[in-house]
Amino acid sequence: MASPNTKANPAFYAVIALLVFMSVGPVILMFANSFKLDVDIISGSSGLIFLPTIQNYEKALCDVLWYEPDHVDFCSLKFGGAFINSLIIALISTVLTLVIGCMAAYALVRFRFMGRDTVSLSTLMVRMVPPAVLLVPVFGLWNNEFCLDRDGLIGGAIRDTFGGRGDVCLAGTHGGIILIYVAMNLPFVIWILQSFIVQVPRSLEEAARVDGAGPFQVFFKVVLPLIKPGLAAAAIFTFRIAWNEYLLASALSDRDTRTVPILIVNNMSEFNVEWGVIMATGMLLAIPPIIFTLFASRQIITGMTAGAVKG
Amino acid sequence: MQRSTANRLTPYMFMAPAIVIMALALMYPLGYMIWGSFRDWNPSQTIGEAEFVGLKNYITLWGDPNFHESLGVTLKFAFFVVTIEMVLGVGLALLLDRDIRGISVLRTMFILPMMIAPVVVGLMWRYMYHPTVGTFNRTLDSLGIPRVDWLGDYALMSIIIADIWQWTPFIFILSLAALQSLPRSALEAARIDGATPWQQIIHIKLPLMMPVLIVTALLRLIDAFKVLEVILVMTEGGPGLSTEILALRISRTATEFRELGVAAAMSNYLLILLLLLTVAMFAFNRWQETRAARVQALVEEDD
Repeated sequence: MASPNTKANPAFYAVIALLVFMSVGPVILMFANSFKLDVDIISGSSGLIFLPTIQNYEKALCDVLWYEPDHVDFCSLKFGGAFINSLIIALISTVLTLVIGCMAAYALVRFRFMGRDTVSLSTLMVRMVPPAVLLVPVFGLWNNEFCLDRDGLIGGAIRDTFGGRGDVCLAGTHGGIILIYVAMNLPFVIWILQSFIVQVPRSLEEAARVDGAGPFQVFFKVVLPLIKPGLAAAAIFTFRIAWNEYLLASALSDRDTRTVPILIVNNMSEFNVEWGVIMATGMLLAIPPIIFTLFASRQIITGMTAGAVKG
Repeated sequence: MQRSTANRLTPYMFMAPAIVIMALALMYPLGYMIWGSFRDWNPSQTIGEAEFVGLKNYITLWGDPNFHESLGVTLKFAFFVVTIEMVLGVGLALLLDRDIRGISVLRTMFILPMMIAPVVVGLMWRYMYHPTVGTFNRTLDSLGIPRVDWLGDYALMSIIIADIWQWTPFIFILSLAALQSLPRSALEAARIDGATPWQQIIHIKLPLMMPVLIVTALLRLIDAFKVLEVILVMTEGGPGLSTEILALRISRTATEFRELGVAAAMSNYLLILLLLLTVAMFAFNRWQETRAARVQALVEEDD
């Protein structure tokens, strides 16, 4: 929408350059600092000229490294394990959310369950619920109600196999965290996918049905390939929330299922912060979202605008 | 016969997993929370063992100065964040709405802050705000300006700035999308009639964008009440209670003070507040839409 009289002038590009600097600057600063020794960070000898070192990363990942770095005496930060937990939880919950959400969105559109308005309204309602509000009930339920009795058949078998005391509960397992992430993300995913499925021409599906495809075949072979962009957008958003979330994970995880954000927060709250190492963990946590952003920014923007602009 | 039954059941089979999961992990917990908010409940008890105390938790909170403080901080935070972000985001969209080469690269850079984990955002800003080693105070030092105690005296302002950094791009991208999908005829007509750029913005672009802007503001407002990790990492709610927004207070009440009943009651207050805001925004949206439709009709009449 370039009006003829607004020729791009230097000031305009200066504004853009400033904006880019402001939005990317902090990330680059963190990236640079993650390669500095704490001494360099604290002494503050000029920003960009320093000898890069990967010591911080070695320290952070010491529990999964195949060699033992000499500067690490004691592997206190179990970052590698947390990283694997984060990956398991984020990936599984993304896949589950997409599969379940896709089916539900399809049913909503094609079989006219509820109006589009009802769905967007309930999506908004669920989106309104802050994770902090879910904290108390989820903590209580996952610890006390969603349990298998230790004297029962399955619970007993699990206790015999894995050891431990008390009833077998969802809290402290990967499954428990995955369950709440799937539930939290479903409304949004259903909403987004719905707006894509609406655009799939019905005649296409009917043609497939005439050719003898069952409802499941129609869904998997005709509809799914057509809504790939929507799926990508939904996948990125779900993954992002599952990957970044801290509060509920901290309430539900135990020592073995800790995710990366929990580890970072725990290390931050100590008085004496080791900036280099913490920046390295932060960078490692930020890498997957950054990769998504660089390679799928179009899908991300689709996902963001689908809600607001299409209404 | 068999086939038709199967077909009739299909939608339910497609819906079932989503409904079961949402009922189990979303609706049931919310109900459980409301039930628990009437009890004197600590984490070592099951909810059945907790004593029923009626509205006591709600009444205690109603008169609790800390809760008031926290509510005030939350409202202030949400208000400033949404207002400033809307002004900046829409302003930038209006400014940058022209054919620039590489706009997609630009947008990619702008969405970066939103994609990064809030924990990491808090970490970056806590470093930059650090009183001695932080970027800002170093810069001030080298310019010879006295240092600022960012996360001390100006903690609330500092967390607002961090949130603005993270979320202004969201509003920018949405309003840019809205701007670029405006009907060209209206703008064309205005230009031919000799409207100045300012007049175009105020009388045509903004009114036509309004429905999108309202939804955007609403989404942002809802999210502003959810911000927790960034603040937790930057200030942990301090100094004092100056940045302890409600979400943070809920989590502290539950985990540190071990008063699940009170935390549940607080969650309910927060939910009610959000519900009121959402309903109000929806009503406003309806009203605006009818008005916008009228404006559009007028503009088209003028064509």
